[in-house]
Amino acid sequence: MTGSEATDLTRLSATSLARLIQAGEVSAVEVAQAHFDRITKVDDRIHAFLHLDTEGALAAARAVDAKRAAGEALGPLAGVPLALKDVFTMKGVPTTCGSKILEGWRPPYDSTVVTRLRQADLVILGKTNMDEFAMGSSTENSAFGPTRNPWDTDRIPGGSGGGSAASLAAYEAPLAIGSDTGGSIRQPAAVTGTVGVKPTYGGTSRYGLVALASSLDQPGPCARTVLDAALLHEVIAGHDPKDSTSIDQPVPPVVAAAREADVRGLRVGVVKELGGEGYQPGVEQRFRETVDLLAELGAEIVEVSCPHFRYALPAYYLILPSECSSNLARFDAMRYGLRVGDDGTHSAEEVMAMTREAGFGAETKRRIIIGTYALSSGYYEAYYGQAQKVRTLIARDFEAAFERVDVLVSPTTPTTAFRIGERVDDPLAMYKADLCTIPSNLAGNASASFPCGLAPEDGLPVGFQVVAPVLADDRLYRVGAAIEAAYLDRWGHPLLDEAPVL
Amino acid sequence: MPAITREEVAHLARLARIDLTDAELDHLAPQLDVILQAVAEVSKVAADDIPPTSHALALTNVFRPDEPVPGLPVDEALAGAPVVDGEPAVEAQRFRVPRILDEEA
Repeated sequence: MTGSEATDLTRLSATSLARLIQAGEVSAVEVAQAHFDRITKVDDRIHAFLHLDTEGALAAARAVDAKRAAGEALGPLAGVPLALKDVFTMKGVPTTCGSKILEGWRPPYDSTVVTRLRQADLVILGKTNMDEFAMGSSTENSAFGPTRNPWDTDRIPGGSGGGSAASLAAYEAPLAIGSDTGGSIRQPAAVTGTVGVKPTYGGTSRYGLVALASSLDQPGPCARTVLDAALLHEVIAGHDPKDSTSIDQPVPPVVAAAREADVRGLRVGVVKELGGEGYQPGVEQRFRETVDLLAELGAEIVEVSCPHFRYALPAYYLILPSECSSNLARFDAMRYGLRVGDDGTHSAEEVMAMTREAGFGAETKRRIIIGTYALSSGYYEAYYGQAQKVRTLIARDFEAAFERVDVLVSPTTPTTAFRIGERVDDPLAMYKADLCTIPSNLAGNASASFPCGLAPEDGLPVGFQVVAPVLADDRLYRVGAAIEAAYLDRWGHPLLDEAPVL
Repeated sequence: MPAITREEVAHLARLARIDLTDAELDHLAPQLDVILQAVAEVSKVAADDIPPTSHALALTNVFRPDEPVPGLPVDEALAGAPVVDGEPAVEAQRFRVPRILDEEA
């Protein structure tokens, strides 16, 4: 292949790349190399990647080419490159979670997500940047510097999975993996004009996903097209005995739903509480237009009230720090990661406190301390206990809504991408980026963000959030694919084609 | 009245084993106060008779088949040990750790 054709490979969907590789029109090695070339060209401006596994990726690509040459059957994503969020363990490959405390650590085992990616012959290019331990909405909390939004490099790519989303929007990878605790897949997808899906809690395995808040964390697919996301969803989803919260039931028919792209007769509920004050006019405009589009496509639109959603943000910022303070206690400087002050005079406890001081960033410290407070005796009932009750009320709001409608919709995030530095020292302003995404994590149902246009006032992407009941993940793809096809028809090109050339 | 004082933040940091500097305490304490005042909003919800939800899916007694699988080999488990003075903190096939008792103990 010539240089210009090799560049073109990075613009193709995962589905198209897999087809070309299967047909022998291009080798998996050429595809991987084209993406590494693209990363070399643009990643100094984007900083989506923390580590590239060039050797491992090329070896995986060679194995796919050998399989094909031997006449073996290839899976639907065989040979397709993928960017992996740096919160998933991958044997022998650095896993930092965006934190100094894990700098240089090479895990001795694969996460289940990685095991399944390998089994499906995907080619893992490297590890993507993220807010430290997945806490943040901008990727500015990474100890290794922020990732930049390919639409405007002065702006944030969302977080915590900003690296994964930016790698897609910058054509550095056609597929990526994220993890979503309060919106970390959906909000970056929204602000980068890409697709991001949070599967039903328990739908994908958390084994080897470094835990932030165990009752909320969920791995999920990120892609540029809805069908690509569905194919990746199918690869990583399904029961895993190594995760006790994994659901032992068949994976919802996500790929079929993405292919059908049919919303006729679907009852779509617009959540009344997720809009109005604090929402950017252009975000609300594109959201409204997309609701109208769904009506044109044959969906039935209903307004739905979820009165307790206004308490989701405060409840989340008690539950998450509580679980986080407990989970991050494992970073004790004894068995892995950083150790500071071990000079023979300090005790283990002193070394632990010195290491955590040096190794954790400001947001991680904030949340650990809030969590320690919320779990301390005397405050437990008023804070953590009460937040858990609010969690029940939010789940009940969803139950009541899903008696009337098949899916709920809202903007994914109240504003388009904000400027780097704008909210970094204002935690509450930063937290509000996840206002619309958090309820789904608290209830454990399925949700996704799909591109729905550019806000007229700033020309930046807007995300359309869809939420479906537990194990009805296929409905997300049905809606997302219908929107995608209709807008492709209307605009004549995918939204990402409007992003500036890097 | 602040929800949390500088002294309380210092105490919580000690409990959480984070050796915060004075400058960090000055910076973080007011931020934590703002956050706690905001999250205290949950107390406005009348929820006395509402059961708590700790987990999205109510699963109990989850077992997997009791089949032996190989554990992590010792050298692989120790390979990630913290590095002290350029050497992994490993001794006699174990993690080497600082003394665990304080002088006064």
